[in-house]
Amino acid sequence: MEALERIIAEHPFFAGLESYYTNLLTGCAANVRFDAGTYIFKEGEEANEFYLIRSGKVALEIFAPQRKPVMLATLAEGEILGWSWLLPPYQWRFHAHALETVRAIALDGKCLRTKCEDNHDLGYEMLKRFARIMEQRLEATCLQLLDVYAVGK
Amino acid sequence: MATAATIDPMLPQPYSVRQVAKETPDTFTLTLEASNGAGGNRFQPGQFSMLWVFGVGELPISISGDPAERDRLVYTVRSVGQATHALVSREVGDGVGVRGPFGTGWPMEKAEGRDVLVIAGGIGLAPLRPVIYEVLHNRERYGRLVVLYGARSPRDLLYRKELAAWARRRETQVLVTVDYGGLSWRGHVGVVTTLFKFARLQPARSMAFACGPEIMMRFVARDLETHGLARENIYLSMERNMKCAVGFCGHCQYGPHFVCKDGPIFPYDRMRPLLEKYEL
Repeated sequence: MEALERIIAEHPFFAGLESYYTNLLTGCAANVRFDAGTYIFKEGEEANEFYLIRSGKVALEIFAPQRKPVMLATLAEGEILGWSWLLPPYQWRFHAHALETVRAIALDGKCLRTKCEDNHDLGYEMLKRFARIMEQRLEATCLQLLDVYAVGK
Repeated sequence: MATAATIDPMLPQPYSVRQVAKETPDTFTLTLEASNGAGGNRFQPGQFSMLWVFGVGELPISISGDPAERDRLVYTVRSVGQATHALVSREVGDGVGVRGPFGTGWPMEKAEGRDVLVIAGGIGLAPLRPVIYEVLHNRERYGRLVVLYGARSPRDLLYRKELAAWARRRETQVLVTVDYGGLSWRGHVGVVTTLFKFARLQPARSMAFACGPEIMMRFVARDLETHGLARENIYLSMERNMKCAVGFCGHCQYGPHFVCKDGPIFPYDRMRPLLEKYEL
């Protein structure tokens, strides 16, 4: 448990978070491992956790009918996987595909939602951090959409 | 070459094609040598030449070769129009006129003693490759070398073998990403700025050199600032329609600057107000 709390406290996503909160989070955390090639979650499934990636690489994929899956982004060590646990209807919007063996800390979303409702300071800390991640991913997606390397751009 | 440029910068010198190498489906690297056999091609990393395809036109192309190899000039060219298509269609032994080298180079002296962060997008890696050669040839003069390279897709990546070789050099980190990865791609997917978090940056002791589409450089520079790099330690390679290459014609005017003469390498603190202007 102590090791888990230390890992959470040292993860960049939780940088600066008071130890009281990391202790609260640890109660919802577990070590997980996904073999290369497996799906961590799939679109439409219930989103009940998020992951602090410790090692390995994850592809976020989206499916379109009659097309191969499209890889939207990859996530690696030090990054966060999943925010659908935070917002209704708590369902994954993409597939998460382990490209390599992935080691991560899984945080139970239901457990966290309850703790955030009970302690709004914790909820605010979590929202600030996820809002930053959402902003970064939105900006990166905008740049991808611009297709800046295409001929004539 | 430098002597010829000093005598008459408007007069193309005769060169011939020694080698043409296909980098990607639309991008080629041409190695040229002086037709009279003279060596002594000196250039600073970041400088460009005007390449004349006789009967077609003249093009500004950054030098992408090794500054230590003075018997040749190397250019990486993407075939996007009539003149570039004609240039990359040259065959070994064909003639090409060369003016230059022109413009400012990357500030290699200022980078001495610091980590060198090279950030390239698409064909923007070409003007930065001489920086990488320079650092690797003079390893003791510089800190860590970090190369962050983004391209549209895996098939658009330049210098793939060299990227792998550079990554094996000591104190060198090479990270590559693509905007659109096929399912067989096992590298990063995402824009080049998403690599910053993996780069183990030491902002206070780093110099950053960026080249790529202007909007990419704007985001890169802004994110570097967020990571703590001072504006004056961020340099960008700008591109405009260079014609005379010596600051006479004004075709490449960018705000108060002539990109051919005052650039193409500029510090970000001078470019920032211009990068944020519409339609400039």
